[in-house]
Amino acid sequence: MMARQRDENPAGIHLPLDPLPGHSSRGRLERVLRRGEFAVTTELNPPDSADPEDVYNRAKIFDGWVDAINAVDASGANCHMSSVGICALLTRMGYAPIMQIACRDKNRIAIQGDVLGGAAMGVANMLCLTGDGVQAGDQPGAKPVFDLDSMSLLETVRIMRDNGKFLSGRKLTTPPQVFLGAAVNPFAPPFDFRPIHLGKKIAAGAQFVQTQYCFDVPMFKTFMQKARDLGHTEKVFVLCGVGPLASAKTAKWIRSNVPGIHIPDAVIKRLEGAQDQKKEGKQLCIDIINEVKEIPGVAGIHVMAYRQEEYVAEIVDESGVLKGRQPWKREVRRDDQIVADRLDRILHDEITETQVDMVKTAH
Amino acid sequence: MSDKEPAVTQATLVKKAAPKSDYKPADVSPQRRVQRSFAVRLWSIRHSRLLEWFYSRFADAFLLLHPLWKGLGYGRVEAPIKFVEKRVKGFMFDCRMCGQCILSSTGMSCPMNCPKQLRNGPCGGVRANGNCEVEPNMPCVWVKAWEGSQNMVNSDKILAVQKPVDQSLRETSAWLRVTAQAAAAREAAANAGTGAAA
Repeated sequence: MMARQRDENPAGIHLPLDPLPGHSSRGRLERVLRRGEFAVTTELNPPDSADPEDVYNRAKIFDGWVDAINAVDASGANCHMSSVGICALLTRMGYAPIMQIACRDKNRIAIQGDVLGGAAMGVANMLCLTGDGVQAGDQPGAKPVFDLDSMSLLETVRIMRDNGKFLSGRKLTTPPQVFLGAAVNPFAPPFDFRPIHLGKKIAAGAQFVQTQYCFDVPMFKTFMQKARDLGHTEKVFVLCGVGPLASAKTAKWIRSNVPGIHIPDAVIKRLEGAQDQKKEGKQLCIDIINEVKEIPGVAGIHVMAYRQEEYVAEIVDESGVLKGRQPWKREVRRDDQIVADRLDRILHDEITETQVDMVKTAH
Repeated sequence: MSDKEPAVTQATLVKKAAPKSDYKPADVSPQRRVQRSFAVRLWSIRHSRLLEWFYSRFADAFLLLHPLWKGLGYGRVEAPIKFVEKRVKGFMFDCRMCGQCILSSTGMSCPMNCPKQLRNGPCGGVRANGNCEVEPNMPCVWVKAWEGSQNMVNSDKILAVQKPVDQSLRETSAWLRVTAQAAAAREAAANAGTGAAA
């Protein structure tokens, strides 16, 4: 019997886990969070290609460091491989994707279909987003759909899961078992409304939330204080969004061009003063993680290292948030390994095996 | 933010990239082109408490007239009522005639003016100065909705999770719908009351 990793189905890594009482999904992320472990999620940079290897290679660098991988849905309104497609590939390989659903591109008919399709492929986590406006991306002439908003999308999926019905009331034969997520941005106005807005999202069905990039820890602390006072942190797992900044120039560009990301002057000053700005950006990210992990109510971090994905492992390692725990890692199965070794020997070693010799070595 | 917000909209980029011609459309999003300046809309939000009071009286008056609407036939009065409603609400709130008005739950700030038509709260893209991510010169509809709702008596109505917009009700009269529904509810309550008594 080969040693099995925690949260892995013995019948196959791509299969859903056993249902647990109180769990709404059969996925790994919900188990990690409900066990009270500090969760780490990240984002896969979606390829502009039709090659599955591009997805696998991009997922491989997170192996053993993250509990779930966000499959983004045309983030920034730029065309990329779809989140459904990425999820189809990742679930085959046993990864735990978080399927992002943005309301910008699909109406309620398409979205409900994708929810069923995703859940059937083994997607256990879905993140409901509004989505950036089309003006932000590479196709500003596209028609913005926004048929649902993030809140009504959450409610739609929750109704599908808990009531086993479409939005129209038509019955589902097998409801999707998903762990529902939402996004929150504590760093954009109206600041008083944001914690209340989180409460609305919880009421609509959010079980975990990922925040926008946190570069202003005091501001995040204030938000969390209000969320705790309102009792939200008992009902939802908050994953704080963090990420490395490549340089002071990038930080300034993001600040003035990407709405919703708040970068204080102190951060830019610190980067400007550094010898190696990239290294300092990484260190800054680790410092922020070390601060936010101590805030009561923070259940994990969401590391967004766009085009710096190779740093995710280092950031998670050096910040020590996993406390020695190793998240699920894709491993070659022992029988596959035996076959591979054997093939390797036959193909590359200059030997001629005869049945007689094989019998001798077998004894 | 210390840096000045650059007012680079997508329309600017598109305009720059477009081939040279004498006609250049205004530098705003397509949605913004069909709207006027939002001075009146902002006035309505500032006076949300007054309008809330007025609206509830107005709804009562409409409900009183229910026998009249019913007598004339709701279908027959729809066109003239819609004509008035569209112009009045269009002037006051930049109404989009979604047909399912929730102004009293959104601080008298019409959520259909949000470029993403969000009916449940702001998106994460609100600029540091409180303006919209899509239209940098327009105050965020939901920042204003929050301000407006805080002045109102029923300030917690903003907490209700709104259902998705029923697109099949667009360009219909929300006033008549609400009145007919209220009348039906009143009748149902009356029937239940007499049923219990009998």
